[in-house]
Amino acid sequence: MAGQDQIRPHRDDAEPDDAPDAPAAPSTQARDAEVDALLDEIDDVLESNAEQFVRGFVQKGGQ
Amino acid sequence: MTVRRVMGIETEYGILQPGRPLANPMLLSSHVVAVHAATRESGRAKARWDYDDEDPLHDARGFHLQRASAHPSLLTDDPAKPAPSGDGPQELARASVEEYEDPGAANVILTNGARLYVDHAHPEYSSPEVTNPRDAVLWDRAGERVMLASVRALASTSALPDVALYKNNVDGKGATYGMHENYLVERAVPWADLAARLIPFLVTRQVYTGAGRVGLGQRGEQAGFQLSQRADYMEAEIGLETTLRRPIVNTRDEPHADPERWRRLHVIIGDATMLEVATYLRLGTTSLVLWLIERAVAEGGAGGAGGALAAVDRLALRDPVQAVHLISHDVTLTTRVELVDGRQLTALEVQRAYLDAVRVALEHAGAELDDQTRDVLDRWDSVLTRLANDPASCAREVEWLAKLRLLEGMRRRDRLPWDHPRLAAVDLQWSDLRPERGLYHRLAAAGAVERLVAEEDVARAELHPPRDTRAYFRGEAVARYGPEISAASWDSVVFDVVGSPTLQRVPMRDPLRGTAAHVEALLDRSPDASSLLAHLGAG
Repeated sequence: MAGQDQIRPHRDDAEPDDAPDAPAAPSTQARDAEVDALLDEIDDVLESNAEQFVRGFVQKGGQ
Repeated sequence: MTVRRVMGIETEYGILQPGRPLANPMLLSSHVVAVHAATRESGRAKARWDYDDEDPLHDARGFHLQRASAHPSLLTDDPAKPAPSGDGPQELARASVEEYEDPGAANVILTNGARLYVDHAHPEYSSPEVTNPRDAVLWDRAGERVMLASVRALASTSALPDVALYKNNVDGKGATYGMHENYLVERAVPWADLAARLIPFLVTRQVYTGAGRVGLGQRGEQAGFQLSQRADYMEAEIGLETTLRRPIVNTRDEPHADPERWRRLHVIIGDATMLEVATYLRLGTTSLVLWLIERAVAEGGAGGAGGALAAVDRLALRDPVQAVHLISHDVTLTTRVELVDGRQLTALEVQRAYLDAVRVALEHAGAELDDQTRDVLDRWDSVLTRLANDPASCAREVEWLAKLRLLEGMRRRDRLPWDHPRLAAVDLQWSDLRPERGLYHRLAAAGAVERLVAEEDVARAELHPPRDTRAYFRGEAVARYGPEISAASWDSVVFDVVGSPTLQRVPMRDPLRGTAAHVEALLDRSPDASSLLAHLGAG
């Protein structure tokens, strides 16, 4: 599993907020501080090897 | 004429052994159930599921009851008869040999009246019957605590595998597993009319009930985000199947006796939701639409319920299955779907038409609204208005928006394309039941989502049944007389009293009998099962 998906989030906190964003759903256009704080927290708990975690998430069908 | 009716939620949880993707999910699921039985129900774990019912459809019987919802079908309505069933206990012969118990058929009847068992390859929690959407939220959340307790117990037992449980509906590889809602509906409504009038509502409600999903298509073939977990798996309008060609409206589990008054509606299109408001609105709005349909049919004629029924009938969709997919795939909520009458409406407009029709019918009925009905109406109106004008303001109530808010934040910060595995991981880990791992729980802890029920009430609901349905008798019987119960089901409890020549089966045919009001004093007067049975009339 050497080093796969070790993309670490890069924090561009210093960057001004007017960085060009891809067109987003209208619901999420505004950058908000609450989300930034949540993302920092989530970085600490999100599976470190996301690709392996996602690939291994295999379920049998149910109803 | 309210949001109140007998209802319940069944949830199949996603299950993993962390780090071991090939672990047998049936075995893991049975550990989840068995460890609950061992740690929480010690001494009263012997009760099996009672498949003995009068249902003449013998072949279908086991399957029927296994899938049975929180509120079946057999209803009597004779207030003169003693609680909880209207009938006294029935004598049953004891099996001459010990009945074979398939260890894979792990099954526990909980003291809160719910059923915890293995369905297919998932642990399932079927909530007790409740009478209103807020209680549905409470006992649904209680189910999360039941499941989490098993996760913790397995984690602390070195001889047993660790598991992680997810309250979601897809694995992103093509598999889906269900969250099913059950509603008691008046039998007088013809099935075809009920389905036809409900389908446009069920197709469009995902704009506020969807849990959100990363990936488009059953296997996530296309990158992107959609409103609903289940949408891409809906392949038919109406049908018997729940595992193949899944229908929007499911016809399984017709009541098997006294069908004159009620039927059980089994809705399989919905997503399991972590957000309490999403669960509340899903059950509350659906119950109101069912009330409208019942009311209109009761009044008869095209002008039923002050003309509301005619408005609903005009909402018939040209292609409901395609509409489910189209609406789910459009996060801007502007996609128009074609109606049979030629109009092109957005999902929000269809929902608004249902809300207006419900209001017309309520006004026509002229009755005072209870608080919860008014609250559901106000929230429904508010969320439709804000989804159209300011969807970001719904991120505390609407799950797909809460999830999308995080995902878009991460995409922007880290410049990730929609097919990046970190985004898929966020989607999956969103519903991990462990508060230290689950991303929903991070939002809840940060106050970023609205809560409807107090945690101490959820903790109580984990152990205690609703007081206003027959789940009260079931749960209290298990709590008080567990060692003397040999089996139970939605509509029966079978007692095995030492010294008695036969088993005693107490039928509970009416979901609204066996309540605390009916039986609490009786239970308090009965220190053991034999005195209870004597009081119930077995003598």
